[in-house]
Order: sequence, then C-alpha cells, then structure tokens
Amino acid sequence: MGAEVQVSHLTKKFGKQLIWGDVSLTLPAGEISVMLGPSGTGKSVFLKTLIGLIKPDEGSVIIEGVDIATCSERQLYEVRKLFGVLFQDGAMFGSMTLYDNVAFPLREHTKKSESQIRQIVMEKMELTGLIGAEDKLPGEISGGMRKRAGLARALVLDPQILLIDEPDSGLDPVRTAYINQLFIDLNAAIDATFLIVTHDINTARTVPDNIGLLYHKHLAMFGPREMLLSSTEPVVAQFLNAQRVGPIGMSEEKDADQLAAEAGFSMPPLPPITRQLEPSNGLRRRAQRPAGQWCRENGVVPPPGSFEDAVAAPGASA
Amino acid sequence: MSLGVVAAPARVAGGLFAFMLDVLVATFRFPFQIREFLQQAWFIVTVTIIPTIFVAIPFGAVIALQVGGLIRQFGAQSFTGSAAVLAVVREAGPIATALLIAGAAGSAIAADFGARRIREELDAMMVLGIDPIHRLVVPRVWACVLVAVALNGLVTIVGVAGGYFFNVVLQDGTPGAYIASFSALAQVPDLLQAMIKSMIFGFLAAVVAAYKGMNAKGGPKGVGDAVNESVVITFTLLFVVNFVVSAVYMQLVPPKGM
Repeated sequence: MGAEVQVSHLTKKFGKQLIWGDVSLTLPAGEISVMLGPSGTGKSVFLKTLIGLIKPDEGSVIIEGVDIATCSERQLYEVRKLFGVLFQDGAMFGSMTLYDNVAFPLREHTKKSESQIRQIVMEKMELTGLIGAEDKLPGEISGGMRKRAGLARALVLDPQILLIDEPDSGLDPVRTAYINQLFIDLNAAIDATFLIVTHDINTARTVPDNIGLLYHKHLAMFGPREMLLSSTEPVVAQFLNAQRVGPIGMSEEKDADQLAAEAGFSMPPLPPITRQLEPSNGLRRRAQRPAGQWCRENGVVPPPGSFEDAVAAPGASA
Repeated sequence: MSLGVVAAPARVAGGLFAFMLDVLVATFRFPFQIREFLQQAWFIVTVTIIPTIFVAIPFGAVIALQVGGLIRQFGAQSFTGSAAVLAVVREAGPIATALLIAGAAGSAIAADFGARRIREELDAMMVLGIDPIHRLVVPRVWACVLVAVALNGLVTIVGVAGGYFFNVVLQDGTPGAYIASFSALAQVPDLLQAMIKSMIFGFLAAVVAAYKGMNAKGGPKGVGDAVNESVVITFTLLFVVNFVVSAVYMQLVPPKGM
C-alpha cells in the first residue's frame, strides 16, 4: 500500500537565487507520477526536498501526518524508512559488492538472519536482472547495471514511496524501455507511490498516471497524463512534444524579441496520445484507467489517432 | 570590509563545532559500530605506521644533534639524554603523531567522505534511514584517537632510541649518563600529557577531515579542495592546541626537582 505525499506552497532558494516557488501538488497513493522540466529547473532539488535531504525555505511536505520540512531529525529518519530512492548514478557504496550493497539496509534495520537476507536480496536482484553480478564492485559494472542495482537496494525494505531520479539518463533506448516496463510491473506488484524525475519525453508519455512540469521557477502544471498530453498550453505542449516553437528557449526562457518573432506562428497540432504501458506480469495496477477515460469525463477531445496504437507489448517503448 | 570576510570563517568554525558535538552525541548512541571501528583503525595503522617510523628516527636524531651540541657548549654533557628525552616525549612525539595523523589518516578520511558525498552515497545512506555520522564518522574518529595514542608511543620509543644511538655512538656520550639523566628530569606526567595531546590531535584531525569531506561540493575538484583544506586546517589547529596544552601542563605540573 502506497502512501500519499502532499506538497504545499513549497519554495526553495539557494542564497538569493530562487530555484522554484509555491509548488503545490499531491502525489496520489499508489500512482506513478512523473516530474518533467528542462535541464536546470531544480527537479533533483525537488526530489531531495521530498526526502528531507534539502530543507525548503517555505511550505510543507506531509507524509503520513509528518511534515518533512519541519520535523525533528529523529522523525525524519523514521519517515525515511517508508522511502526507496534511486539516485541518478545509483549511489552504490563503492567499497561493497552489489550483494552487500543490496543487503545493507536489511542488515542495518532488521534482525533477519543471513539466510533470510540472502533470500530477499536474491529475489530483488532477480527482479532487476542482476543475477550473476552479486560479487562485482560498483566500479566494475556499467551505468545501467548500477542503476538497476540502486533500484534493487531501494526495494529491499518494501518501500511505500519510490523516488527515482532520471532513470533514463545514460541508458540506451532498449534498456530505458526495459526499466520503464519494470516500473510499471513493480507498481502493479508492490502498489507503492512512484515519483520519477526525468526529461525523457518517451518515458513521460508512456509510463505515468500523472505528469508534472517544472518550468521557469514554478510548477507549470500537474495532473493526469491525458490532461497534460491533450493540453494546448504552450509550455506543456512544447515540452511534451520536444519542439523548438514555444516559450522555452535554449537558455531557461526565450527573450521578448524571440517570442515576438514567433508570435505569428501557431503551435503545431498535438500528436496522438499513445497508450500507457501495461503490466507485463499479468497483474493489474490499482491506478490503471481505461485509455481516454479522463478525456471523456472532462469533455476534452484528444488529438486524432489517440489510443489507437496497439497495446504496448512488454518491453516495447510505445 | 564586508560582513562576508568575517562571517565566512565564523560559519566554518561554527559548523565544525556543531559537527563535533554531533559526533560526541552520536558516540553514545547504541549500537557502537565495532566492526567499522576495527577496520578503520587497521586502515589508519597501515597508512601511518611506515611514515611514522621514518619520521621518528630523524626527529630523535636531529634533537640529539642540536641539543647535544648546545649542551656540550654549556659543559653539561651528562644531561644530553634527559634533554633529548624530554623534547621527544613532551613535544616531538605528539607533534610527529599529529603531522602523520593529519597528513596520512586525515587526508584519506577527507578524500573518502568527499568521494562519497559527490557520488551521493551519503545521501543514499541518509535516505536508507542511517545516520552517516553514527555509522561512519564516529568509528573513524575513535579509531583515529586510538591509533594516535599508539603512534605517539611508537614515535617516543623510536625517537628515544634514535637519540640514544646518536648520543652514545656518534657524539661519544656514555650510556649510563644518558639513561641516568633520563630519570633525573623526566616524570610520568610527561608521558601522560603526551598521550592526552595525541588523543586530542587524533580526535581533531578526524573530525576536521570528516567535516570537510562531508561538505565537499562541486564534483571531483571539490574533493581535492576538501582534502587540501582539511589538512591545512588540521595542521593549523593542532599547532595552536599543542601550544595551549603545553602551556597548561607547565602550569599544572611542577618540573621535577633535582
């Protein structure tokens, strides 16, 4: 059972520089959410704020009744046991083998015997496809393997909330597709709340139930995936379709001249909305909705051709 | 002069002091990480023991040479031994220990923590609900203290032996005079204050190194900067502390009457 994360009016500054301000959203329990944003908009900072590694200047993050932003250090360490976090590079402990890395949280937090630990660790390593690499050191394996090992370690304590920082950075498209399918299958299996921080459009279009977009120091939009994918709001449409036309420029935002020059052009039409990935393990996710449901309920006509692609086969990336 | 010139160093000092208190508090939290403590103690021994011996021999020798030469001019050759011993036991032992602990063990600790910081290992550990200060810093600090005391003993023995060799073999002193004058001036508190000094040095060196390493920022260059700063700060701090402890000791313990 996942836990809900309520973020309200969150603001973070480094010195005088505002990273983002007044971010309010709720990560619904048991659903997969993706946080998008151009490079350098503080997505990773946002993720670290959710687990209390960075203290926000204003606002609150409430998980199971505890406000991460203001609670005591002791409470924080307790609440963190609900979390599994996958850092960008896996953040494996360099001096330990993969096996010891994955076993580490169990050895520190539980009184399980070594044989019980072995069983859990091997189960998670099998899930992430790491069988045979138990005795390798993190320095000896590829970035993709490190990420999967990080995921295995994040999973051993049966987290209720999984935070994932750029799962697709430095991975080839095939591995990205596999890891995306893995998230869907995991969500079906453990029912945790997922937050994936990324700027990979394909991941954003096919994996989540909800999408958020951080842009220009604020949260531009957060809501169900069909709402964002069918949105004609320029920033959202530009980012989700990876276009140059729109308010986002090479540096954080375009200047007035450039925007004026583009004023005559209209945004290109939205591409069809693809189907969401479905679990490949035969399970059904609680948060799973029929394709097009949100659009029908809210009277939004999705772009022509939406949801007509075949159901994404396991491992296929849309 | 802007406020920053004063505020920046004050912030580092304040942060360091707060960190030191955190370490002391975490020391008494159950369970103490025995395994990590032993591993780290052994690691520190391996990086410091050889340099310690090579520093201690010339240290003892140079004191014997200088003091021996000076004392002969006064015509008090029979006290060469005691003078050399006092210098080695009271000052040279702890100082040589301090240099080695800060230079070898401190830099290794700072580099290790710096690398862990920029690879997000420390964040990962905190997220797993484990306090890195309790799990990693406390065992390292006390391992450093233990090894510093042991190294102090080693430096003292090697230094005194080196002094004996130079005095007796090269400066034509007599073994009897060297040994006899030893007990004429030296006393047990000399050894105790040296041990206390080296404990303080070991503690400070490890705390500074851990603090600097854990606060490294800005990628691999930040790790290099952290190591550099930790060694410089530790050296400065240790020499100041050494002076203070020596001054206090001189006031508290009267010199042995002859």
